[in-house]
Parts: sequence; C-alpha cells; structure tokens
Amino acid sequence: MSMLSRVANNIYWMARYLERAENTARLINVNTHLLLDLPKRVVLGWEPIIDITDGHTLFYTLHEQADERSVVKFMASDTKNPDSILSSLAAARENARTVRDIIPREAWEQVNQLYLTAKNNSASVITHRHRFDNLRTIMLGSQTINGLLAGAMTHDEGYSFLRMGRNLERADMTTRIIDVRSATLLPEIAGDRKPFDNLQWMSVLKSLTAYQMYRRETRLRIRRRDVLKFLLQEDRFPRAFHHTLREVKNCLDDLPHNEQPLKTLAKLRRKLMRAKPEELKQEKLHDFIDELQLGLTKINESIAKAYF
Amino acid sequence: MAIRWGSYKVKGLYDELLRGSGRPRPAAQVLCDYLRSLSDKDIEEYKAAAESAIHVMGITFTVYSEEEGSIDRAWPFDIIPRIIEKQEWLNIEAGLKQRVNALNLFIDDLYHDQRIVKDNVFPAKLLKNSKNFRPQCVGVNPPLGIWAHICGSDLVRDRDGTVYVLEDNLRVPSGVSYMLENRQVMKRVFPEMFDRYNILPVDDYPSQLYDTLAALSPRPGDQPEIVVLTPGIYNSAYFEHAYLAQQMGAELVEGSDLVVNKNDEVFMRTIEGLSRVDVIYRRIDDLFLDPEAFNPDSALGVPGLMRAWKAGKVALANAPGAGVADDKVVYAYVPKIIEYYLGEEPLLPNVPTYKCIDKDDREYVIQNIHNMVVKPANESGGYGMLIGPHSSKAEQNKFVRLIRRDPRNYVAQPMLMLSTAPTIVGNRAEPRHLDLRPFILSGQQTFVTTGGLTRVALREGSIVVNSSQGGGSKDTWIVDMESPS
Repeated sequence: MSMLSRVANNIYWMARYLERAENTARLINVNTHLLLDLPKRVVLGWEPIIDITDGHTLFYTLHEQADERSVVKFMASDTKNPDSILSSLAAARENARTVRDIIPREAWEQVNQLYLTAKNNSASVITHRHRFDNLRTIMLGSQTINGLLAGAMTHDEGYSFLRMGRNLERADMTTRIIDVRSATLLPEIAGDRKPFDNLQWMSVLKSLTAYQMYRRETRLRIRRRDVLKFLLQEDRFPRAFHHTLREVKNCLDDLPHNEQPLKTLAKLRRKLMRAKPEELKQEKLHDFIDELQLGLTKINESIAKAYF
Repeated sequence: MAIRWGSYKVKGLYDELLRGSGRPRPAAQVLCDYLRSLSDKDIEEYKAAAESAIHVMGITFTVYSEEEGSIDRAWPFDIIPRIIEKQEWLNIEAGLKQRVNALNLFIDDLYHDQRIVKDNVFPAKLLKNSKNFRPQCVGVNPPLGIWAHICGSDLVRDRDGTVYVLEDNLRVPSGVSYMLENRQVMKRVFPEMFDRYNILPVDDYPSQLYDTLAALSPRPGDQPEIVVLTPGIYNSAYFEHAYLAQQMGAELVEGSDLVVNKNDEVFMRTIEGLSRVDVIYRRIDDLFLDPEAFNPDSALGVPGLMRAWKAGKVALANAPGAGVADDKVVYAYVPKIIEYYLGEEPLLPNVPTYKCIDKDDREYVIQNIHNMVVKPANESGGYGMLIGPHSSKAEQNKFVRLIRRDPRNYVAQPMLMLSTAPTIVGNRAEPRHLDLRPFILSGQQTFVTTGGLTRVALREGSIVVNSSQGGGSKDTWIVDMESPS
C-alpha cells in the first residue's frame, strides 16, 4: 500500500517542527552561557537570536527592546511567535496526531508529553535558574523521539520523509546560525587578535553541538575558516550542511518519482563543495549563505511538488 | 473491607448485578464475592492499573476547547464489569438482527417504490418532512440492497427487567473501539476473573467489519482498497477512526486525500500518484460528504463522491440517506415496520413513544410534560433533550413552545427507570444508571457484537450516559453459565 501524500507531508513537518524546537532550545541555551562569559562592555545581547529565526518584525511589534527576558519569552514560550519552542512543539503534536496510526504509539505519547511539559514550564524557562533544566528537557525529549522512531518504526517511505524533514531543518538552522553569528564578528585579520572572537566561534559550534566533534576532527585552535569548513563541508558530522544533504539524497533514492528532487539536490551540493571557506570574507559569506538557503527552498519545493 | 453489598441500595430499581439486600444475581455471584474480598488498597491499585492501561493504550476522546484547541481526554472507565447471561443475550441478539433487517428493507423501500407509504402503514407527511430523507438517493441500488451496514442500537432496561430499544443509530454510530479496548483493559486488571468465568470474546469485530466492507467492493476478485474517511483530528471520535483503520489494515483518509475522476472512479493521492479506492467506510455525515451534491461549503467532503457512488464505482458504508430511519419519529413506527416487511412480531420492544405530530399524543405530552422525556427527532449525543422529572418549570414551558412550533420534530417517552450497576465511587460501590450499545453489521450475513459498549452515567441519579456529557463506560461480559469455564 502506497503512502498517502497528506500523511507523508504531515510526517515530514512533524520532524521539521521537532527539530526546530530542539534547535531553538539549544540556541537559547548557548546564548545564555555566552553572555555570561563575555565582558559586559561587549554588547552582543539577544537580538541576534531573533534575527537567526527571522523574527525581527514580529518581535518589535510585541516588544520595545530586545532584553533577555523579552527575547527568551518570545523564543521559548510565546504562542504568538510561530517559531517559538512551544509553537513548534504544538505544531509537531498536531502533525503527529494525524499520523498516529503510522508512527509507533510510544513516539506519539512522547510528542504529546513533550508539548505538555513545555507548556507547563513556559513561565519558568524565562528565569535563569530553571532555564537550563527546561531547555535540556526539550533537547533530550526531541532526541528521545528520534531514538524511538529509529528503533521502533519500520524504515519505510514514511521514515524517509521523517528523515528528510529533520535534515532539511538542520541544514536550514546551520546556515542561519553561521550567517547571523558571523555578521556580528569582524573579519579575520592576521595579527589582530580578537580575544572574544574565539569565544563566539565556540558558541557557534556549541549551538550546533559541534564543538567536541570539531575539536576531534580539527585539533587546532578555533579559526573561522576551519569552523566554516567543518560546518558546511564536513561529510560525517550530522549537523554539517554537506552531511544533511547526503542524508536527504539517501532518502530520495528510496522514493518513487525522485528525478527532479535529486537533480535540484545535486546542483546545490556542487555549489557547496566548490566553495573555498578561506575565501569567504564577510560579504561573500553572506551571499553564499543566501545561495545555500535558496537551494534549500528549491529542494523543499521540488519535494512538495513530487509527493505532497 | 471496602465494598459491603449489604449496604448497597438497590432502591426499587433493577440492578444488573444485585437483587437487593446485598444478594448477587446468580451470574454475578463469583464477581461480587471477589469484589467483597478486596481491600481499599486493592481497589486503589486496580483503579490505578486500569487508568495506566488506558493512558498507555492512548484510549481517548477529543473535546474541543477555546484555549487549547482540541485535547484528548481519557474516557472514564469503571472497573466493575456489567454481566449478562448468554441465554438472555441470545434473545436480544435475535431481536437486534430482526430489527436491523427490517430497517434496511424499509430504507430501500423509501428510496424505491415506497410501498409502505402506499399501503398506509407509514404516513406520507412524515416522509415529506423528514430531515434525513435524501432525494439524491432515490432509485439508487447499493450492493445487496443494504443501506445501513453498521448500526448501533441503544438498549435500556426498565425497573421490571424488560430490555427496550431506546434508539437506532444508522448514520455514523461510534463507540465500538471503546468496547474493544475496555476488554483489553479488563484482561490486564482482572485476569483471574477470566479463569473463573466463561466470558465470550469480543475481538472479532474488526475482521467482521472488514469482511462486511470488502463484500461491497465494486471490483470483486481483486483485493479491495478499503479506506476509513474521517473529518479529521478535531472530531470527537477521531481516536476511533484511527483505531479501526489500524485494526483493519485500512488507510485512514480525509476528504482532501480523495479525488473523483470523470469516469466517476474514486482515487486517493499517494506519493506514487493516484490509487483507486473501492470501499469507503465514511465517518462523515451525509451533508458533508460531497459539496457537489449537498453542502457546497463543506471542506470535509469529496466533490463528485455521490456521482461515483450512484454509478456503482465505489461503495459507501453507511449508504447516504440511511439516516432516514434514524429519526426518533420513525423510531415510533419500527414495530409496525417489522410486521410489515417481515410478517413477524418484534422480538425486542420499543419504549412507548408519543409522536407530537399526532394531535392526541401532543396534548397528552404537554399535559404530562413533567413526567416525560422529550427528544428532538434528529439530534444525537444527548443534546436538546428535556428530562421532565429533572427539569424546571421554565424549561418545561420552553419545550411546550418548541413542540407547538414544530411538532414533527418532537417525540416523548415516559421516563424509564434505567437499570443500575455497582460503580466505583471513591473506594465504595454505588449504583449508577447505564445503557448498552451493541453494534450490528449487515452484509451477506448479519453480525451482532457480543454484548456491546456499556455506558454509565457517573453522576449520582443522572441518566445521561454520553461521553460528551459526563458519562463513562464499563466492560460488558456475556457469560456462559452452562458450559464449564
């Protein structure tokens, strides 16, 4: 029996929203830690977090300034923000509910439970004291669901759509974080050590749980060009752009009518691998990231056209 | 000791398990002895075990709230089962089969020659004013001549022990998934009782339903593609739709998943393209089925579905228009309908019903409204009813006005004293009123579920058992006392 288009679509979006909730939780967490480390005169603040998720306009219609409390509330628990953790989990849950007969029962219960927990904790995530625990619950919850699905769901077409959703969302988040974070940094100039640049590139890596793996892989001090190379072109790290594309390709290989999506994907991959990170200075990097995001949009569109 | 049958008050009612003054009925003896031996702590544990089983199995119904959108709620479940002896059940089963067979003949007749109207057994004016008669269905010949493939009839027992049919649900009756899951819960909670009793199994339903539906396929020979059509996750019975689809191995679809081509064939949209559909078990009301034929604003339905059905390219269960017999005024005529088509006496009695459209009946109802249960002809779910003895003068006056304005739309019945069964309240057993909804499948054969869904009104004295109105449910045991367990 072949899978209903609507069901495929809902599984795909369930995975995307779950991944989005997890990424947003990590983003808030890392920024909280980063700001504690930076000296008070380095005004970095919370605005970049809003920019990463494209929430600038909406944020300023709801709040006057981007102070910690307003931004964390906006990003974590504001249901008026469609990209907040709580909104993402609510959307994941609604999608999961429509595919209850497809995904394992425990996975549905976990999604349901995770949403309810996030809802109950929505007030306490704003204060520093409970924030870490609450965000960790979200991140672990999302990973538990991924684990349940990997271990208890038939790896059929539905599972392919799930993995595609997760990986395209990851790719999207990786590019956003690189784009916004690099914009607040000055270009790398030999001899001119920016003591806090190091910290910030570390936070970029940590936002993507990439720090430890980067160290293992690179064994060098943290340098912009190595970080970029790792996050964009590394084949084996799960949140590296290149790896997410390969995952999507593997999924597409198992699906019918995959010619067009595969073509779109191959084009983006060629573009990615041709780039030389050490040459991507600030303006060029921004343009390059724009191209990658455009490529993701095209892949998304061609998947929707072929299957949904 | 938590449950003392000596202090259990049967109070002039019929109780399903006890005969009064703490004496269990013969079939309930073993169960009652067992319950009496339980401590408060045992009862707490059993309740918790049942609740956790319900939670883990995800047995829910959906209620809609402004604040949360739709939420799934666990449906309250009482751990004390209701017991019916097999001999009594066989009589009820025969009565239900007879009734549904006659109703199917009646529906088919209404959409063809209307012999029953011509023979002056069923009044023409009732048909003319029926909200559920669908002119679009006139002359259509569904497979096997059957319109109501799935019927849920509500049974109640009065003070003297007589079992009456209270109503027949021929549109989209729900509740069968709870019947099946309740049994699973009971097996986890009271496994020892299943050794002591010979309890007839209920789990055959999904395969019977599958066979009933498969027999309707317009492409016999092939493996038919059967789908369950749901209005979606906001529907209160969504859990059941998903459950039945899963149990039958059928696809759960929404209206937007289906499309009808110009040859009147129905397809579903899949990732591999369009795929032909043969049988649709639809859980959407007639008026939302097809915006071309009925409500043009319906976003739930499938444009062209009626065309496909009339052309015989797809089977719909239940057939559109089957609800014409699911009208509380038609209900009053069912005994005559049985005699007319089958030439038999009804095996199961109707509750005496006053039809407000008849002048004498109407005046009687208005005079005695404080003692009557007044029901609108076409509502379900316990909405829009007046329960005379529990109502205020103002409510009674309001219903007198409603009846006078639209007499066709109202019937009234004397207030029955619904039977009770012991139900856990706190750590004690108290009597609560209940009913029983068996499900009847009509195809090449007629199949009746073993027992059905027992719904219980959890509020003291209440007789409203609907899940949307504070009802719960119990497992229903048909026990064979003659063959050894």
